[in-house]
Amino acid sequence: MSKVEVVMPQLGESLTEGTIVKWHKKPGDKVRKDETLLEISTDKVDSEIPSPASGVVTKLLFPEQKTVAVRTVIAEIDTDETAAASAASAPAKPTAVETAPPKVEQKSPVQEVRPVATPQPSLQAMPASGRFYSPLVLNITREEGISMMELEQIPGTGEGGRVSKKDILAYVDAKKKGIALPQRAAAPAAAPAAQPAAGPSAPRIESTLKHVESGDLVKKYPAPQYEILQMSNLIQKMGEHMVRSKQTSPHVYEIHECDMTKVDIVRRRNQDGFEKREGFKLTYMPFICDAVVQALKQFPLVNCQIDGDKIIVKKFVNLGIAVATENGLIVPVIKNADEKNFTGLARAVNDLATRARMKKLALPDIEGGSFTITNYGGFGAMMGTPIINQPQVAIIGIGSIEKRAVVINDAIAIRSIAYFTLSFDHRIVDGALGGSFLSAVIKKLENVDENLLV
Amino acid sequence: MPKILTYIEAISEGLREEMRRDPSVFLLGEDIGTYGGAFKVTKGFFDEFGENRVIDTVLAEAAIIGAATGAAIAGMRPVAEMQFADFVTNGFNQIVNMTAKYHYRNFVPIPLVVRLPSGGGIRGGPFHSSNPEAWFVHTPGLKVVAPSTAYDAKGLIKSAVRDNNPVVYLEHKYLYRHIKGEVPDNDYTVPIGKADIKREGNDISVITYHTGVHWALEAAATLSNDGIEVEVIDLRTLLPLDRETILNSVKKTGKVLIVHEASLTGGIGGEIAAIISENAFEHLDAPIRRLASLDTLIPYAPTLEDYFLPNTQKVSDALRNLARY
Repeated sequence: MSKVEVVMPQLGESLTEGTIVKWHKKPGDKVRKDETLLEISTDKVDSEIPSPASGVVTKLLFPEQKTVAVRTVIAEIDTDETAAASAASAPAKPTAVETAPPKVEQKSPVQEVRPVATPQPSLQAMPASGRFYSPLVLNITREEGISMMELEQIPGTGEGGRVSKKDILAYVDAKKKGIALPQRAAAPAAAPAAQPAAGPSAPRIESTLKHVESGDLVKKYPAPQYEILQMSNLIQKMGEHMVRSKQTSPHVYEIHECDMTKVDIVRRRNQDGFEKREGFKLTYMPFICDAVVQALKQFPLVNCQIDGDKIIVKKFVNLGIAVATENGLIVPVIKNADEKNFTGLARAVNDLATRARMKKLALPDIEGGSFTITNYGGFGAMMGTPIINQPQVAIIGIGSIEKRAVVINDAIAIRSIAYFTLSFDHRIVDGALGGSFLSAVIKKLENVDENLLV
Repeated sequence: MPKILTYIEAISEGLREEMRRDPSVFLLGEDIGTYGGAFKVTKGFFDEFGENRVIDTVLAEAAIIGAATGAAIAGMRPVAEMQFADFVTNGFNQIVNMTAKYHYRNFVPIPLVVRLPSGGGIRGGPFHSSNPEAWFVHTPGLKVVAPSTAYDAKGLIKSAVRDNNPVVYLEHKYLYRHIKGEVPDNDYTVPIGKADIKREGNDISVITYHTGVHWALEAAATLSNDGIEVEVIDLRTLLPLDRETILNSVKKTGKVLIVHEASLTGGIGGEIAAIISENAFEHLDAPIRRLASLDTLIPYAPTLEDYFLPNTQKVSDALRNLARY
């Protein structure tokens, strides 16, 4: 039989692992080359993975929701014609996953329960379920010759389903008397992750995240007082990135005031014609992008990254724009933003933001940024302190644009004011450079060319 | 024919009996003579035993304890009264540096009793409500007792007087007249170093003393209606602790609540918890819990003092939490 191994693909240079979101085939199913075999979720994008060959799926080596390293074998396909026929006649197994091959088993640090032949029940073995047992319960278990596997099956009436002294003694008593032994409802080791059950009684949080319905956490945080949601890959990775960034870069923040009145005038004057011509609304964003690109050209050290004791200065501007989507935060990148004129930037911003919200971004759309803009003003924030998007060295945050009373030439005037924050990595950008850069951005906005769109 | 005495009457009776029994026993303290003491423990003693055995002192605790220690070295059996336990700090140096060490250093026993009227719940405020037992439990060379009932109060004061070691006798002011109990007529003592099981139960052990015993007994009666059987261990002696009784109870129940009126941090509860986890870890079915007064000064305001102190309800709540675990 000729066998084809399916491996976890590497969807981006920096990616090391991927999560199997959904298998589209069961063992025994026929599959055509390029037909979707599974869906995976990675650090950066979610993707459907086509089958590398036609044949019969013989093995799925990992269950759904499992995260595995790139280039790990995750499935096997038999491309033999005859095998296809025999597999089709064999009864399909209801469980999606078979035992992993020895190669994978060696790699995964799964704790094995000791062989049953040993007379001493193995208490050294960790409970696979992660259930806590008090010293007393373990003591009784040892004295009564109850194995860890057996203990794992005893239902608990204590807090969070804990097996209490009473529970274990009742079990021992029943066992001695030969009464039917109480069993735990769900086998903890084999419990599948997060399966939404039908008909929840209380109204629940509306979320694209899956509700967790089983497992020990459900006992620890029972409904309806609690709801448990499975963090998506995107959210988990966002968390990891944020922590890593704060650990990597000494963040310094500078907040400058920007008078957006002139930008507002230019925007209003041109918005109708612009929308008619381009098919989308003219926002403040392309003005800000344009000013940032020009300032980055003026201060190229803000557009760099650190590699060891070297500063890697980028001769291009790939501008990341943070976009909030219903699935979480994502940062698509305008490639070579310095080569685009104002309208080109506006189109790029609109295109990326639209596709981000529709989950239509491809991996190249979110890679290779050299500087990032985040606009939290839309959510009401006057000021923020954004976290740098590694390996970049600075990020600019835009607060809400509000009309404020300001003093101009000793007179009080009403102006559209926004607070811009520059968060920068003080390993390379100092206050003088950061402040000069941010001042340059603001100067360009405050002196925007009135004929920019003419 | 046993009689009913209050806690304070039991202390007085114990002292009186010891003074009648042994002429080397004498008392000294502030206002204990014709006035009969701030709480009237020694009422009538001056008339019965005279000025040489019931000595009014200056208002100087260091002098009282120093003189008492000297008398003990000389072969007497003094019983020194601190007017309030709070003021023992003025004699603290004498107790920890002299009284406690003298036998070890100079081979002379110190049969001295220092009586400390302690405890809150009497609206005494921060200077008249202390529970200073932990300081003395941390002092090798001393014995520390803390009775909760009239029977134990009398039996322990008699044992303290007869002991050849310095004994710090903590008598709780709230219990003085709130607690009554049967006391036998015959000459009896309560051994120092022996705890007492005040109520038997299989589900949870409460380890406590002084006021905590009464909170625990009331809580245990309530919980028994719900099928939770609480064992109440009255330590009676805090130094040396009766490890055997503590550990046997823990081995029986597997769950422990330690209750004391002294504030939590650095209290005796921590020591008891450590003894249990070192010696009975594999018998524990729940974390060892402690309930004590808050880690703050004792407030004057009655509502705040009530909030500060443990009580029957707080003990009940803690026990129910443990039962649920």
